[in-house]
Amino acid sequence: MEALLASVIGLLSAVGIYLTLRLRTFPVILGLTFLSYAVNLFLFTAGRLTLNAAPIVGTTDAPADPLPQALVLTAIVISFGMTAVIMIMAIGGHLQAGHDRIDLDEDKA
Amino acid sequence: MNHWIIAPVVLPAFVAAFMVLTMRGHLELQRIASLAAIVALNAIAVGLLWSATAHGPEAYFMGDWPAPFGISLVLDRLSAMMVALLAFVALITTLYAIGSGWDAKGAHFHPLLQFLLMGVGGAFLTGDAFNLFVFFEVLLIASYGLMIHGGGARRTRAGIQYVAFNLVGSSLFLIALALLYGVTGTLNMADLAAKLPNLPEGDAALLRVAAVMMILVFAIKGALVPLQFWLPGTYANAPGVVAALFAIMTKVGAYATLRFVTLVFPTDLPATGTLIPAFLLPAALVTLAIGALGILGATTLPRLAAFAAIASMGTAFLAIAHMSPQATSAALFYILHSTLATALIFLVSDLVSRRRAHLRLDVASPVAQNGLIAALFLAAAVAVAGMPPLSGFIGKLLILDAWRDQAFAIWPAVLVSSFLMLLGLSRAGSLLFWKPSEPAETAEPAPHEPLALTAAFALLAMIVALTLAAGPVTGWLDGTAASLHDPAAYIAANRLEVVP
Repeated sequence: MEALLASVIGLLSAVGIYLTLRLRTFPVILGLTFLSYAVNLFLFTAGRLTLNAAPIVGTTDAPADPLPQALVLTAIVISFGMTAVIMIMAIGGHLQAGHDRIDLDEDKA
Repeated sequence: MNHWIIAPVVLPAFVAAFMVLTMRGHLELQRIASLAAIVALNAIAVGLLWSATAHGPEAYFMGDWPAPFGISLVLDRLSAMMVALLAFVALITTLYAIGSGWDAKGAHFHPLLQFLLMGVGGAFLTGDAFNLFVFFEVLLIASYGLMIHGGGARRTRAGIQYVAFNLVGSSLFLIALALLYGVTGTLNMADLAAKLPNLPEGDAALLRVAAVMMILVFAIKGALVPLQFWLPGTYANAPGVVAALFAIMTKVGAYATLRFVTLVFPTDLPATGTLIPAFLLPAALVTLAIGALGILGATTLPRLAAFAAIASMGTAFLAIAHMSPQATSAALFYILHSTLATALIFLVSDLVSRRRAHLRLDVASPVAQNGLIAALFLAAAVAVAGMPPLSGFIGKLLILDAWRDQAFAIWPAVLVSSFLMLLGLSRAGSLLFWKPSEPAETAEPAPHEPLALTAAFALLAMIVALTLAAGPVTGWLDGTAASLHDPAAYIAANRLEVVP
């Protein structure tokens, strides 16, 4: 399971980094989303991987660590909000400028 | 338990929500509420400053959960000082925004500003690393709104770059936090400081990765080379008054670095050792050089001010990288000075921009109210370049004195960059104020805005006061630096539960 999760996190990060380095805003936002997926999974593994364990002491032999789950929830909420903000800004920028290039070079004063 | 510790977080949060819900579209009411809240914040900050000086570090446990399990806020001299600095800069920028009419150019300026205060104040006060991440996000999301305040295609698109850059930074921060939690099982900063020295040898490599990533995130916030690319575009395109407020936001990076390198990753920790200063020192020197060269080569006044902000961060990180109480005290003095100076140069740049036909630094467009604005620019330039008689000179002198042991390498870098900054600022000043021959006829009509000018002069007065009171202030900062480098009292304030 460790190998599977590690390669999934690696793959998601690779996709995220590649897309974040693109020139248009939409792939960049997609890349940021993939990065946040990778980070959320990584955060989850910080509490060690356990199978069939409840995050409550006493219900199973070895309880799962509840704190990373709470951290992941917070991180998901925040990255969701941030993605919504950058999406709105990207649409605004696209409508105002007529294109969605991410660099500022061609309209230098 | 001292409940005032949480007031700098709760008060702006409440006022912001209250403004959005009940004062939508009533600019006058929003101005009054915002000013009243910031005046109250100033009073609270002064009270906290007194309390931290008199009683030492004090923790506030949210929901009364004991320390490593719940979230704790910790008030010590450093956080109290940063909150007071924040409250003062917020007061000035709010007065300036009201006086110059910037807050009328888009909706929700005041609520966003209050949310920014909440985020920055929380970042200064929190004693929990994950909570620090949350407050970073609060201040960032408010800053996204403020940065594109007033709109315009170019500003919005500069804003997208800023948001994207910071989202990558947030991902890095989360990875670092996950690594830290994975090796220690805690994210309370005092608990980390207590647990890290006893870390098993096998986890040292993971911890080093976490430490470097953490410092990278703070370097993004503090615009340290090679992570400074977001700053010139963002600050130069943001409204001038917002950029002035952002002067304190880059200092969050310096504050967090200072907190972590003294508390969590001190140089006597075997796993990290001198790893962090070894990174910080060259990065700070290059930051300083790029800031100075940027000032020399800037084509518009807002860009010049943005590079001045970068240079000031380079100087502050240079002092932090020495990792000694004396240098930390110098860093704190320089942080106080450079926050005020950077805010002032952004306000002056905004004053100039609204009195000229265009932004470019050339002789074609003279400035209305030439004499008054020129005097302000001169004072701001003296403060930014670190020339006598203002406090930047004292700050740089203290930093040079702290680096006496490597004077052959550090002194030329600081002195040459100061000279370059002086050159760039004089060039900009003479192009704007001296060369134009016929100021009266072709100048833009001078806006009548006494409140905005008062705010700028109040900021200048504070820099003068800091210069005059440099003796007592450095004495107090020496005590602050000493307590930072001996964090036993900070850790004890958290009253950590002993986990069996």
